[in-house]
Amino acid sequence: MTIVAMHDALAPTNGTPVADPGSVPAIDFRVSPDTYKHWRIALNGDVATVTMDVDEQGGLVPGYELKLNSYDLGVDIELYDVVQRLRFEHPEIRTVVLTSGKEKIFCAGANIRMLAGSAHSWKVNFCKFTNETRNGIEDATANSGQTYVAALNGTASGGGYELALACEHIMLVDDRSSAVSLPELPLLGVLPGTGGLTRVVDKRHVRRDLADYFSTKSEGIGGRKAVEWRLIDEAVPRPKWDEVVAARAAEFATSSTRPNDAEGVTLTPLAKTRTPDAIGYRYVSAKLDRETRQVAITVLGPEQDAPADAAAIHAHGVDFWTLAVTRELDDLILDLRTNETELGTWVFRTLGDGARVRAYDQLLLDNAEDWLANEILLYLKRTLKRIDVTSRSLIALIEPGSCFAGSLLELALAADRSFQLLGTFEDVDPGAAPAAIAVGSINFGALPMSNGLTRLQTRYLGQDADLEAVRARIGTPLESDAAAGLGLVTFTPDDIDWEDEVRISVEERSSFSPDALTGLEANYRFAGPETIETKIFGRLTAWQNWIFYRPNASGADGALRKFGTGQRADFDRKRV
Amino acid sequence: MTTTADYTEKIPNNVELHEDRRLQRALESWQPNFLNWWESMGPTLPTEDVYLRTAVNVGREGWAHFGHVAMKDYRWGIFLAERNRDRRIAFGEHKGEEAWQKVPGEYRADLQRLIVIQGDTEPASVEQQRNLGATAPSLYDMRNLFQVNVEEGRHLWAMVYLLHAYFGREGREEAEELLHRNSGSDDAPRILGAFNEATPDWLSFFMFTYFTDRDGKYQLGTLKESAFDPLSRTCEFMLKEESHHMFVGTTGIDRVVERTVELMKQHDTDDVTAHGGISLNVLQKYASFHYSVSLDLFGSETSTNVANYFTAGLKGRWSEERRKDDHQLTSESIFVDSINDGEIGQSEVSALVGLNTDLRREYISDCQNGVDRWNKILDDANMPQRLYLPNVAFNRKVGAFAGVEATPEGTKLSSAEWELRKGDWLPTAVDKTYVRSLMQPVHERGKIAAWIAPPRQGINGQPFDYDYVHLA
Repeated sequence: MTIVAMHDALAPTNGTPVADPGSVPAIDFRVSPDTYKHWRIALNGDVATVTMDVDEQGGLVPGYELKLNSYDLGVDIELYDVVQRLRFEHPEIRTVVLTSGKEKIFCAGANIRMLAGSAHSWKVNFCKFTNETRNGIEDATANSGQTYVAALNGTASGGGYELALACEHIMLVDDRSSAVSLPELPLLGVLPGTGGLTRVVDKRHVRRDLADYFSTKSEGIGGRKAVEWRLIDEAVPRPKWDEVVAARAAEFATSSTRPNDAEGVTLTPLAKTRTPDAIGYRYVSAKLDRETRQVAITVLGPEQDAPADAAAIHAHGVDFWTLAVTRELDDLILDLRTNETELGTWVFRTLGDGARVRAYDQLLLDNAEDWLANEILLYLKRTLKRIDVTSRSLIALIEPGSCFAGSLLELALAADRSFQLLGTFEDVDPGAAPAAIAVGSINFGALPMSNGLTRLQTRYLGQDADLEAVRARIGTPLESDAAAGLGLVTFTPDDIDWEDEVRISVEERSSFSPDALTGLEANYRFAGPETIETKIFGRLTAWQNWIFYRPNASGADGALRKFGTGQRADFDRKRV
Repeated sequence: MTTTADYTEKIPNNVELHEDRRLQRALESWQPNFLNWWESMGPTLPTEDVYLRTAVNVGREGWAHFGHVAMKDYRWGIFLAERNRDRRIAFGEHKGEEAWQKVPGEYRADLQRLIVIQGDTEPASVEQQRNLGATAPSLYDMRNLFQVNVEEGRHLWAMVYLLHAYFGREGREEAEELLHRNSGSDDAPRILGAFNEATPDWLSFFMFTYFTDRDGKYQLGTLKESAFDPLSRTCEFMLKEESHHMFVGTTGIDRVVERTVELMKQHDTDDVTAHGGISLNVLQKYASFHYSVSLDLFGSETSTNVANYFTAGLKGRWSEERRKDDHQLTSESIFVDSINDGEIGQSEVSALVGLNTDLRREYISDCQNGVDRWNKILDDANMPQRLYLPNVAFNRKVGAFAGVEATPEGTKLSSAEWELRKGDWLPTAVDKTYVRSLMQPVHERGKIAAWIAPPRQGINGQPFDYDYVHLA
């Protein structure tokens, strides 16, 4: 968890408790620039300056003040929106400068009082979302031609420095007092939670002993030493700040592949209906069953054939099927993860024409040089990654009339288990075409997981022949026997067994310990190599969760509780 | 679900099978495999037909009808006791909730396992007894054997119905496996040890039906309490048929005792061997053996599995609803048999983990009734000898007394002493050979072998000399 480091940010507010997490209102992730409370965007040619200027009184939940540019989920929801809009609405933007609207402070990280008052599950989910946004910032730099530059015009501590670490280039004002720091361990007895430890050594290649020292030094490090240790890229004297920042921004802009004269796609408000039992969009819908603790998610394929060329993708814009369905899935995932923590099993179905899905995929792949096609693919990739790191059991049901093909097949491949009906539902529609899935080119590279491999590569880890056998079937509809033979689906019950198999499987799943399931799934979903992302979502999150639950952090005398009280934490000194 | 029996269907049933195309298809595809199994693993003696009781309904009156049928054409059907729509779960943490009509996913694995274990014993006994027809002491007894066999076959159907109807593909696979494991097979034996012992002679058969089938009765009794209503109803009806199997065992041993007493008086000797009878001490050895191995079927004195089954509502206690306690047992305790400081004794454990002991004690007291009955025959004949049930520590291979040897009175013995003396208490090779030598078939109407007395009554009001079986 990313934590504020400045005592001032945590000044107790006369013991006013943060609202009980149970009373947290439903969180809506749909925001737009005209309602931002915490961010400003200034566009200047090919450079966007994004200024963090957190409204102290603008917390999502009453009970804390967002002092010193500390953030809560509401601040981060806006940041996510900023990043998304810059990608889609502003093809002309090549450099994004991230800076602060406060004096002498860039950002103090996640608000400690907000964290102290939140349920563990809320903290974990908050942390997951902030991590995804930071990964998205890196993705924009790496794959979108929008390079993020952190212009730290004041101290960046904890989550503030971690936000900077997600940027390609870190500039810190050299005023002999501003610093970067990761003070979580010395001050709070926990770890930085948005990838700080990982990125310091894995991305910035800070020497491990120096990183160790840095992470125990609460006041942090600034100036030349910070540059020498590679904690930042440059320390800029205050008088030259604006000039150097502008110069860097311009430099990064020159290396971008973004088009010169393209028109952006406005991310118009997402149409959504939301009741306690159902969530509906145009292509995605979800039924929430609280009794069986599951969500039945149905994704509709395209209604029409894929258009002919890239121009049509632009013409369809936000209504282009892949973009529309991805936005809906993205919002649904975030909504369910945040607001429906007790619905522990997500059951995916699709409905539509698999050949059409693959035609849309192919159109995007064929035009991957087009900035918009590229953005849509990247967005789909990131959204599927969200599913991978979702702490819910995922089940895919492949029935007649479904379209688990190409990009939508990824839903089944992301699932912990899949069921494909053998034959048809004889009582419903005996003449229906049997359920079939299809792999497409898109399953072989464009949509990698956080481990850097495709879901198919991960599925067939160490079994190259199996992977090649699947590749040989690109475009062929695979009925249950063929799909099971290739190892693409888990179970293939016939209509005699279908209903009970599925019901019992889901019921059994939801009877297990939710914590153990989360651990099991997280272990099995990410076979293969470690990356910065897998380390953050796996190693860091697991350690952080353990530390958070230990009395040394959250006990009555733990460091988190004692912070800001003027008393020292009383640690149990045994090493575990 | 109504209780109107449909006897016009291929598979007689009272579960409205004709309305459930899926289940019907599943069972109809299983049926030929079952018939193959019956042909290859069922009774070996060729018969034309047998005077059999066939279950046709579940009501109090007229639930069965009698007639001569060729065994391979026996109408193995599916009958569940009538559904009580208000039935509530009687015990465990779901106590008071409505009984389950479907398998809760949470308990799928456990329920399936319980049903498979129960189901595995049903065809096992048919396999164990398959050669007995050839040495039947009378047509009446032969008929009883076949009656037991076809009903065990029907009980297999009952368990297979549950597996097919409620457990999906895995259930069907398990149902298939029930036909592929075989009693005594090296490759794929039956699950429980006692069901892999051959039943080599009729004395063993009677002992088996008295002691081992009685274990089945108690297991069924606990499953009858299950929160999973279809299992409960199935077992309730099976218990009805099972009581005939007990009857075969009880009266069979009665008749052996009667004949022995008759020979003892006639020849004024305890050793009736020379006169073609079975001496009381051999009878006692057979009873001690079958009783002790049947005690093993109840498992360890303490079991967390069984505690979990109880708490979950899968398996209750015998006569659960008649018991006067909270039916949850979270704060009760029970004394169970144990070895304390090397000596046979008891120790106190929580009632939940001691449920096997509770059931075993119910069983033991039921077994004692038969012994009392046989002793009454001796008493009526003014004979001083008595039969008895050996101590629970005697000849045990499962539970607290596994690895400990004890006399029938419950005195601990060293292994060496046990080896020296066990022939006094368990059938020896000589005893078995002798009993087997008596097993000469009597296939003539109205006649009976010399080692057993005829029954007082025939079956279904028919006389003893009725043509119960037509041999092929």
